[in-house]
Parts: sequence; C-alpha cells; structure tokens
Amino acid sequence: MEQIKTSDVLYEEFFRKDGDKKITHYCPGCGHGTIQKMIAQAIEDLGIQDRVVFLSPVGCSVFSYYYFDTGNIQCSHGRAPAVGTAFKRVHEDSIVISYQGDGDLAGIGTAEIIHAANRGENMSVFFINNATYGMTGGQMAPTTLLEEKTLTSPFGRDRKRDGAPIKMAEMIATLDEPVLVSRVAVSSTKEMLKTKKMIYKALKNQVDNLGFSFVEILSACPTSWHVSPVEARVHIDETLSTVFPLGTFVDKADTVLPYGPSLFPFLSGEDFLVAIVEGGELAECEQAPLKDELAIMVAGFGGQGVLSGGVSLANAAIAHQLQVSWLPSYGPEMRGGKASVTVVMSPDEVSSPLAEDIDCLIALNSPSLTAYEHMVKPSGTILVNSSLIDHEPERDDVTVHHVPASDLAKEAGLPQATALVMISAYIHYSQVLTIDSLIESLHLGLKKKSLIGKNRELILKTVEILVSK
Amino acid sequence: MHKRLMKGNDAAVYGALMGGCTHFFGYPITPASEIAQTASYYFRKTGRTYLQGESEVSVINMLYGASSGGARVMTASSGPGIALMAEGLSYLAGARLPAVVIDMQRAGPGLGNIWPEQGDYAMVVKGGGQGNYKNIVLAPASAQEMFDFTKQAFTLAERYRMTVFILGDAYLGQVMESVEISGELEQSERKDWALYGDKESRRNLITSIYMSPSDMEAHNELLQRQYAKVEREIVDYSETDTDDASLIFITYGIVSRICHGAVKRLRELGLKVGMLRLKTLFPFPKERLKELARKKITFVAVELSNGQMAEDVRLSVDGLTKVLSFNRMGGEVMKSQDLVAFATEYLKG
Repeated sequence: MEQIKTSDVLYEEFFRKDGDKKITHYCPGCGHGTIQKMIAQAIEDLGIQDRVVFLSPVGCSVFSYYYFDTGNIQCSHGRAPAVGTAFKRVHEDSIVISYQGDGDLAGIGTAEIIHAANRGENMSVFFINNATYGMTGGQMAPTTLLEEKTLTSPFGRDRKRDGAPIKMAEMIATLDEPVLVSRVAVSSTKEMLKTKKMIYKALKNQVDNLGFSFVEILSACPTSWHVSPVEARVHIDETLSTVFPLGTFVDKADTVLPYGPSLFPFLSGEDFLVAIVEGGELAECEQAPLKDELAIMVAGFGGQGVLSGGVSLANAAIAHQLQVSWLPSYGPEMRGGKASVTVVMSPDEVSSPLAEDIDCLIALNSPSLTAYEHMVKPSGTILVNSSLIDHEPERDDVTVHHVPASDLAKEAGLPQATALVMISAYIHYSQVLTIDSLIESLHLGLKKKSLIGKNRELILKTVEILVSK
Repeated sequence: MHKRLMKGNDAAVYGALMGGCTHFFGYPITPASEIAQTASYYFRKTGRTYLQGESEVSVINMLYGASSGGARVMTASSGPGIALMAEGLSYLAGARLPAVVIDMQRAGPGLGNIWPEQGDYAMVVKGGGQGNYKNIVLAPASAQEMFDFTKQAFTLAERYRMTVFILGDAYLGQVMESVEISGELEQSERKDWALYGDKESRRNLITSIYMSPSDMEAHNELLQRQYAKVEREIVDYSETDTDDASLIFITYGIVSRICHGAVKRLRELGLKVGMLRLKTLFPFPKERLKELARKKITFVAVELSNGQMAEDVRLSVDGLTKVLSFNRMGGEVMKSQDLVAFATEYLKG
C-alpha cells in the first residue's frame, strides 16, 4: 500500500482551537482528512502551492484554511463556484479549488455549480458526497439514500415525498463544456489510489488551462451514519457506490484546446478614451436666447421616430449651450405602441425632467393630441401632424401650427423621420434653436449613419415649405 | 473632457470605467438593464470583464470572489435583485471586501412594477442582510451624478473596505441628460489583504467567520469604528434657501429635482421654504439636521416610500422639531405643484 504522507502544503500545526495542534477537527474515520491530504499532495507534486486559492465552503470543511498553507477564501453556502469563477477572471494564473459538500453543491448551490460547469470555468471542483449534512448534525441531504433515517427524515427518506438521491456527476456530464467528470470513493485502498490519481488529474487539467474538472468523491461520515470508521468504509463500497456508481463520465483532456488570451487587449490612456467615447463630436453653436426652462413633448406611436427625434432635439439644444433632459415613457407603455418623450431645455440646471406642464406639444397622431393637450401652458404651442390628425385641438388659448409631417416623411422615404419633420417645424416657429444645429446633431441620434444625408434633405425641405407658406 | 447626451444608466457605466472598475457582473432587470447592456459592450471592448451570472445570488458572490482578488468590482440591479443579494452583501461586509452596487429602484413590494420608487431605502441604508453592518449609500439626482457618484464610489469602497451603493430609481436610469466624462482614469493598487495567486499574498485569508464570541465581537467593534469614521469623513448634502426658512423639504434622488422646482415657486410666492438634499444616505447628515431643528424649522420629508427616510430624519432631530411626511408610492410621483400646495397650506393655515 502506498503511504499517504503529509504534504508541506498543509500547515504543520493547526491553530483552530486550543489543545493538540497536530490533529484536525475531523472525526475519526471521516473522509475529509484523507481527501485533503491527497489534494495537498497533488498541489505539491504539481508545484503550484503559491498559485492555489482554496475555497472553503460552509460545512465540516469550513475550516480548511487552518490546514492548507495556500490562499484561502471562505464562501457562503453553495456559492463557491461563483466566487471561484470571478476570482479566476481576475487572476487567470491562479489555481482555484472549490471544495464542496453535498448540501452545499447538490442542494443550495445547484445553480452555481451547473452554470460554472456550463461556462467551462477553468477550475477544479471536489464534491465530497457523504450523503448527509455532517456539520449541522446529520440531517437529510439531497444525496441521502432512500429509506435512510436522519434527523430530518426520522421515518426514512420517502421517495414519494423527499425525492431520490441526486446524481450530480451524471447531471454535470450532460453538459458540453466540462473536461473531466468522474466519481471516485475514499473506501478501500484500491479506490483511494484511484481517487488520488483523479484529484491530480483535475488539478493538472487546470494547470494546463483545459477547463472545468469535477470529481465527486464518496466519503464516509461515521458520526452521522452511526457506524464505526471501518463499517463506514464498507458501507461506501457495498451500498453508497451501488446508488452512485463509480467511474469516469467525461474525459476530454486529450482533445480540448487550452484557453487562449482574450480577444480584446486591456486598454488604458488615450486608447481607452477613444474606445469608450463613440459617435462623433457634439456641434457647437452660440448660446441660445433662452431665459427660462422650456418643455417640449413629442408624442405619437412607435415607428415615427419619436425617441430618436427627441434625442436630435436635445443634442441641438446642448449645441446651443443649454442644459437638457430627455425622458421617455417607457416599459410596457412603449410596448403598447404608444411613444412619447419630454425634452426640457434650460439655460441653467434643469429643475425636473418630469415636466408637469409643457410649452409645446408636438402631436403626431390623434390620440396623443387628445391625451396631452391639457398639459400645454396657456399661450403655449401645439404642433399638429395634419397628415394624420383631422380635428382641431380643443384648446383656444394656445398657438396651433399644422404640418403634414407624415406625408413629407413618406415622400422622402423616411416614415421613421415623422417626428424629425415636426421638430424641424418647431425650431422654425420657435426660433430658440437653429436648423443648422439640428442638422449637425443628426449623427448623434440616428442609428443608421447612412441616412444622415436623406434626413438632412428632409429637414431643409420642411423648412422651405414652411417659409413659403 | 467629453460631453454626451446619455441615460443615467449609461452614465453609471462610464463612471465605473473611469473609476477603474475592471470587473462587472450583471443580471438583467428593468429598470437597470441598460447598465448591464452597456457594460457588456464597453467592458469587453476595453479588455475588462463583463460576465452575466445565472442569478443575482450568483452575481453578488462573483463580486465577493473578484474583490477577494483585489479587483474593482460592481453590479447593478433593482429591488428584487438586491433583495436576493442580501446574504452576499453581508458576507462582503463581514470579510471587509470593497464593492460597488447600483440599485435603480422600482415599485414594490413583490413584483410591484417598473415605475420609480424609493422603497428600498431601509433595505439598502440599514444593510439588508444578517448582522451589524452598513453600506455607504450615495444618492445621485441627475445623469451627471450617476457618472460622478459611480466613479467616486470605487475610491470610497477601497478606502473604507465597504460596499458602496448607488441608490437611484427608474426615472434616473431612463432620463437622458448631458454628461461630462471627465477626470483621470483611476486604477486600483495592490492591496496587502487581497489574494493574487502568488507567494506574497498566499497567507491572506478572506473570511467572515470568527468562532469565538470574543473575536466575533472584536470584529464587530472594528466594523462599527469604521462606520463611525465614515460618518465623520464623508457625509454630504446640499442646501437651497435654508438660511431664513421656516419650512424645509428633506429629500434625495429624483425627488430633490421636484422639490427644487417647488422651492423656486414658493419663494416667488414669498414663502420662506428651503430644502436640504441628501447626497449620502449613510452617512446621514444627523448633525446638520439637528442644527436646523434647533431653529424650530418644520421639516417635511419628501420621498417615494412609506416614510422610510423620514424615520431617520426623526431620529436625527430627536424631537427638537416637527417632522412631517410627504409620500407617494407604487410608481406615482408627486408634482412640484402638490408640494407648493402642501407648503402653502401649512404655512398660511
């Protein structure tokens, strides 16, 4: 029999509690001590001690950091694969070991383990399956055998009520990304030697940047099982491993390609600024002659360019050195087909983007006129899209302009620029901003840059018609 | 300096990038989704990390993992997601890991709706998870401040080794305003407590477990001392027309914009009304409120909740003056004319 000697990766003395510093806190016959010695040995053999970050779970192995002379992170119950995922993204050269029990991995943390496996995170997971919640005193685990009595299955695990023992290795083996999925046992000498090799392999895969390795280890808990250490190991061979068959389910170490560097280099300095500030420059025009805040609402339906038109208007206002806010109706309201946006411009800070009354309503369809005309301030303005609206506003204390915006936009082949036609008209009538600034702001609001020219022509044509009126 | 018209949600991403954040972990939720969307583009494009977790539970633990590695980390969500993060936030506090979390509040409880509310105040300002801990909470009121506060949050998080929250709301995320992308691109420096997967940092331990009650109490006391330091050093607020006021609106976030309009109007009407806008919710400007309270000025706590902030105002003034509440909930937002009417009636009534 090969001797399992103590590796230097484990501390010589353990300072968890007063008393004997040479022994672990694990019970006699517990599998944790054996498995952790094997992991330590593999770390030593691979020469990776400085690179290792060991994730301690909640459970009996929560104190692993008293034993492993490596980097250590204590994780919340079930979440070690998420913690490890992120750590590895920060330090790609580190070696992340997630050491989890069955409550942790197969119960509360099923989402985290499945998704880490599915992303193929380059980490090594050791899943210690002893079919019980050891640390809390022996309650039923997702892996507890049928009819087994525990503190929370006092009449035995009832298949119809409690479900059947969950087979994590088989589940994870259904995913495309894992490189290694295996189940071994810490029972007989023969199985222990296999376990030792599999632990080494799971770590070696990570060192070679191959991806996600998962080793489920059937392990004894004589205390919760209420048997002697020797009986416990027999129980693994004779019972546990019939429910959880040993074997290797996935091994792609010889066929997968190692991780390569990221497609995108890390940018800093000027390169970084250039990369994050896209879309071209803002136009710069004279300060607009505006004394007080001005609120303009553009309202219509989806497809008329309400939101992007509002963006062009707001950008034109910024070009004239005004402060602006742009607030759309959003969410389900938008999905219903309605679209509206309120642009507030001000020579100083905009007090509230939530305009309670508006200076100008640009109504692109009939329902919008009806819904919002009451919000217009006395002696404000309403612009009516006369292509679609055949009735007059009810208000008689406001100025009304009619613009056949849908017709003009359609003629130009740009129905999505209906709002822009009306905004051009607004600028023409209000004289607060300039048509030039609107044109020079188009590139900031339009998604299709190839349409800037056609939009420009449409704006100019609109103004021409209004001037000739 | 670059100026851009952008949504508050997008401004936060620019603030994060300029604040030296390298790792963003996201999970979509209205009304915060644009933060994850924009981050997924710019973080990857600039060689930083964007990763979408399988849940908010996973995401907050990703922050825990990446922060353990010394990185500047963040996520963004809304109330239902933040609630799922409670345990992880407590772990971050216990292990003294810096992180930045944005909460763009929506209306609750339960699924609620996606309109703005400030009903997460208690959850976020008081901690949210198990144990005696606090988060630093910043309350922006414009797209520009979504940029500025998020950028600043990373420095604060590292300085105090705490989670810094940006507490926004649905409107603040959706509104577009002009934002200046300014200042230096910040960088994170090597920390003596973090893990780097190397020899130097090998014996560092990230944990929140202290088995002996005396050690656990000492750790708790250390945290409380840190919170007291935060209270001494970074409390921030702004005042408008408080000098001669006989009534003051106490407010934060988007509501302060509405109050601002109301104060302007009330002054035009010749009424002595001012406002105090909180920029930090923890630390809370207790001392300043007490000072104002001694002048017997009536306070009106104006917020989009059932009076969660008002409770802190009342605690601060300790009975020295009257604290009224003006609340809206469910996604309804008060109008400035409602506040004008309320203040007029109170002062003239």
